Amino acid sequence: MDILKTLNTLNACFGPSGREDEVREAIKKLAKPFADEMKTDAMGNLYVRKKGNGAKVMFSAHMDSIGVIATVVEDEGFIRFGRVGGISPATLLSSTVRFANGTRGVVQKNEDAKLDKLTLQEMYIDIGVANKEEALKHVQPGDMAVYDAPSFLTPGGMIVSPYLDDRICCVAQLMALEKLKKTDNDVWFVFTVQEEVGLRGAKTAGYIVDPDYFVVCDVTWSDDTPKAEHFASSVTGKGAAIKIMDGSVIAHPQVVKLLNDIAKQKKIKVQQDVLKGGGTDAGAIHVSRAGVPSSGVSVPIRYCHYAQEMAALSDVEDTAKLLAAFAENKF
Amino acid sequence: MLKYLKELCLMDGVSSFEDNVRDYIINELSPVVDDMRIDALGNLIVFKKGAKRVKGGLMLAAHMDEVGFIVRKIEDDGYIRFSAVGGIDARVVLGRRVFIGKDMVPGVTGLKAIHLVSAEEVKRVPKIKEMYIDIAAPDKASAEKKVSLGDKIVFDSDYLEFGEDKVKAKALDDRVGCAVMMNLAKQDLPCDVTFVFTCQEEVGCRGAFGAAFSVNPAYALVLEGTTSADISNVPAEKKVTRLGAGPVIGCMDGSTIYDEGLFRMTAALADEAGIAWQIKQYIAGGTDASAIQRTREGVRVANISVPVRYLHSASTVACGKDIKDTLKLAQLFVRAIAEGKAGK
Repeated sequence: MDILKTLNTLNACFGPSGREDEVREAIKKLAKPFADEMKTDAMGNLYVRKKGNGAKVMFSAHMDSIGVIATVVEDEGFIRFGRVGGISPATLLSSTVRFANGTRGVVQKNEDAKLDKLTLQEMYIDIGVANKEEALKHVQPGDMAVYDAPSFLTPGGMIVSPYLDDRICCVAQLMALEKLKKTDNDVWFVFTVQEEVGLRGAKTAGYIVDPDYFVVCDVTWSDDTPKAEHFASSVTGKGAAIKIMDGSVIAHPQVVKLLNDIAKQKKIKVQQDVLKGGGTDAGAIHVSRAGVPSSGVSVPIRYCHYAQEMAALSDVEDTAKLLAAFAENKF
Repeated sequence: MLKYLKELCLMDGVSSFEDNVRDYIINELSPVVDDMRIDALGNLIVFKKGAKRVKGGLMLAAHMDEVGFIVRKIEDDGYIRFSAVGGIDARVVLGRRVFIGKDMVPGVTGLKAIHLVSAEEVKRVPKIKEMYIDIAAPDKASAEKKVSLGDKIVFDSDYLEFGEDKVKAKALDDRVGCAVMMNLAKQDLPCDVTFVFTCQEEVGCRGAFGAAFSVNPAYALVLEGTTSADISNVPAEKKVTRLGAGPVIGCMDGSTIYDEGLFRMTAALADEAGIAWQIKQYIAGGTDASAIQRTREGVRVANISVPVRYLHSASTVACGKDIKDTLKLAQLFVRAIAEGKAGK
């Protein structure tokens, strides 16, 4: 499975929180050749299962991206919006966004708004139409939009793309599914919804699967940019990042140890991931039902939640390898 | 105005003290429904058979509780210190008549007199913890004969129909939802419906979680009162909703992205019936849907709300037409679910 090609397939979909249908359909197609069973729940989570009689091992990567939601269409045709997930004025300003129907626009600010105190209320989307009536032909209040940006490879083996959080991990899960050898384990690769608005999909997914072990596959902060504030311990290019802690979960020490032992045995490059804030599906799933021993395998990315995020290709490979190896482990 | 609304608004039901509201609903609905039970948290769960069963089941929810206060301390000089129950803006608390405890002991909220206030203090909104309730007790011992620590405190506010089709009362959030559900429960229904009158919504959707877990529906419709700041100098996106512009159909708020299929279905039902509708133009706040949606294996949630001015104050104001149209749209919603229009 080619990383960039698969990523571009998913990137072509429209998938902010609560509107993940296109991403789910694309993943279904990609997963079908390798899955024993697939199903979707009421919230839209996708379950891809490799059946077995052994331990129930669950992985999840979220399908949704952050975005914005149109609230008011003004007389002049400008569109005011609210946030869908953790998107901030600084990251949005002057970016291009697209709606589900393909309508594109640029995000700008009121002329009198101050850059250092910018709020979302002072910003708007300009879709380049003459007035409200024209605008309403393309965008209705309640319609969501996502970043519209290209993806490409750098000479240094980095991927630049929108929505790496968390489509790159959807790709990693698909790669792991493809790599997976015969195992007795009952393996569930779950592609969740509404992570960006508060781990909402994971809550029902954890209840439905009721796993013995859980490993979240999400991105993590990369601590390798100029004057990085050591918000996280991982860096791009140093391998799959094994989750010790983030803002929503303290990983189970035995799962962390197991991931490290497996990596050592299979010679997979790994690093230890401590993230001082943020949250992942593990936050909801480790406290699901009677509790689930949980950790995570993360891909470090730079510029998280910006229109152009950046990750190392090799980290994605290592992440996929570690997920597959964990799924094959004899528990 | 909608039947039951007046009686519901006049009743006190601060979060976790919903007994009076619950008893009233039980009394009114018991002759016309098939089953009723109260769960451990105090949710009232009412089942009514309809013309058919819907696969997975349909649940409607509205919360019985209202914002209010609770007695925190009784001072030596007989004054009552109190805390808010639910989100109350301190600016609406001062100079109000309130009732305390089961015996509804009357009192007034007060603060130190203006000549004792420093120039600095004048500039800021006093905190609720600085205020007190005066029940005109001369000392602590006398006050303790009437009031106990932990007693609920509720606004004293009458029910008034005024102006052009407007109603003023306390607790329109969410007695409008309760009234809509009661009116529905009195009718013949196109499918089985479980009506859940929830408790403790105002302190964080605490009742709805357990109720949804035990009812375990496939679909849920939450009926609410939602904020409106439709004052002339407020820009459109900060008005949130507007009175008279019709029911607010849940698309997204601060704690839920409503099921897209149900959102579009409800909007289409309104359009077909010629009912004006709106969405929240400011993404904030939340409803019981946040708890219901993520219960067990997940629930497809929808929401219809009545716009309410001065939400969470003693004088909340709503428009009669919005309320009636909310009932009408809720009826259409139930019928559409019965007819299998929800898809997926």
